[in-house]
Amino acid sequence: MTVLLSDDGIAPHGGGDASSLLEPTSGRRGDSAFKTVALAAGLAVLAILGLIAYSTTKEAWPAFQQEGLGFITSSTWIPAENKFGALAFIYGTVLSSLIALVLAVPVSLGIALYANEAAPRRLRKPVVYVMDLLAAIPSVVYGLWGIIVLAPAIQPVYKAISGAVGDVPVLGWFFNGESGRSYMTAGIILAIMITPIITSLSREVIATVPSAQREAAYGMGATRWEMIRAAVLPWSRGGIVGSVMLGLGRAMGETIAVALVIGSQPQISTHLFETGDSMAAVIVNQFGEASGTHRAALIGLGVVLFGVTIIVNVSARGIVSRFDRRSQGA
Amino acid sequence: MTDSLSADVERLLLDATTSRSRRVKNRLASIWMIGALLVALVPLTLVIGYVLFKGIGQLSLAWFTEDLPTITRKAGGGMGPAIVGTLLITFVAALMAIPLGILGAIYLHEYGGKGRTARLIRFMADVMTGVPSIVMGLFVYTVWTLTFGLNGFGGSLALGCLMLPIIIRTTEEMLRLVPDELRQASYALGNRKWRTILTVVLPAAFGGITSGVMIAIARAAGETAPLVFTIGAARNLNLNIFEGPMTALSVQIFGNAQTPFEAAQARAWGAALTLVGIVFAMTILARVVSSRVARRHSA
Repeated sequence: MTVLLSDDGIAPHGGGDASSLLEPTSGRRGDSAFKTVALAAGLAVLAILGLIAYSTTKEAWPAFQQEGLGFITSSTWIPAENKFGALAFIYGTVLSSLIALVLAVPVSLGIALYANEAAPRRLRKPVVYVMDLLAAIPSVVYGLWGIIVLAPAIQPVYKAISGAVGDVPVLGWFFNGESGRSYMTAGIILAIMITPIITSLSREVIATVPSAQREAAYGMGATRWEMIRAAVLPWSRGGIVGSVMLGLGRAMGETIAVALVIGSQPQISTHLFETGDSMAAVIVNQFGEASGTHRAALIGLGVVLFGVTIIVNVSARGIVSRFDRRSQGA
Repeated sequence: MTDSLSADVERLLLDATTSRSRRVKNRLASIWMIGALLVALVPLTLVIGYVLFKGIGQLSLAWFTEDLPTITRKAGGGMGPAIVGTLLITFVAALMAIPLGILGAIYLHEYGGKGRTARLIRFMADVMTGVPSIVMGLFVYTVWTLTFGLNGFGGSLALGCLMLPIIIRTTEEMLRLVPDELRQASYALGNRKWRTILTVVLPAAFGGITSGVMIAIARAAGETAPLVFTIGAARNLNLNIFEGPMTALSVQIFGNAQTPFEAAQARAWGAALTLVGIVFAMTILARVVSSRVARRHSA
């Protein structure tokens, strides 16, 4: 986790050209061979990313060709009738990820600020430790807990809420439905999973705020909260936005936990307590029995997912590195 | 860093000079921060608690040694093939990803530096950490499984692709911590750059690299989505990762969690406990290694 945010703040790189002073002795070939091998290993990253894009698009092509733009604008997904419109899955992915963000961001920021600014010194390490453990639990275990424990337990809560506000305009559009496996449950599980990610990334950003700024704010008589608002948040805003977006990328790609708790019913509904489906979830649920265009369409969903997460990630990195440069220049 | 004013002095100053509304806001902010931590602790405690209490009853000698039962809804049998599968598939993945990742990091830090190629690779490695694991699974399905069929190696390939960028970035970070004086001393002794890297730089960074690699392995061992359509489904022990279907703990949890049968769900909890045990052991070991390294550095 510690590496994700530092993009180009590279220290003067090791060794320099000192070895060139020793040019004529033996072993020169060893040097260039080693450099070539290392470069090849580095280029493997580019090769793999290129190959992912190429080979999945190639396998998905029959479905793209058949559906055209309808693949992402139609919501009719009926494999038996050879119809593949993925809009409902895209909707489910976006909705469940947004719910996750709404739940996870305030919690993550609170923990990050607590661990860096407010916690007693001896509590800081344990807080980080707990977050590490949360991050280490495999997603399938969260899914298992979600489907067997959380979904049945939370269903009466949904029922009560939609009974109370279901007929109220605006609130009733969203807080409606009574299914234990739903967008909301998926969002809750996703929120639990991305909280440690957003926390640890934004904690790193907050740690870069120079203590002189904090002390200046305290020196002016600021309370801790005023210090955070005046010194910490403005400085780290870019980095925090970046880490939230990285969390979003993770939430959108999450498969197994969502597949277990979202209910696997592709429908577009604003009711948060209704069953839905997501791109990643439908791939894993239907792939086993799929063949022909159906399989191509599922791989096509993977291509869309790949594209979307790349865009989210690249813009997150862009925001973070722009912010990095600014804070280094300041 | 912020303890420059001790808590007592701070409170004293605040009480003396701060208006009521500012104090209230400050108090509310503190409540939010502590509340956030408590909120995050709830699911952690619940999940670990459930896994522990529901899973512990499954563990026995037979659990670790026997094959999976032929009838899912009945109790009995063990998780042997899945435990072996998880360890074997992850091990082979690590075997591929570790050398590649460390070499890539060596290029980035020791050769590439701030050059254009290195920056591109670094950026793409970051992007690659964000590729969803299910996309890795589909990718391996298209390039491996379609040609060579369902086998453990497909799973290893997918997990290796997931580990690679993590290993590259953590290793580069560790190489950065190796002081330049060490490299210069080695050059002064007449060592070539490649010998310097292999005999001086890597050993100096060994602890940190090990810790990063173990985090990557732990993350990969828990992955499910990349395995579901690359390794197939086996009930019996299969030690040949190039031939025939295998199974893994994560896949067993996923499959059993979806059934309505009590015995199957109990097996899912047991498998979850086993998997969490493996993953936590690696994570904690990684922490111990890295904190030992940190202590040596600060000493």
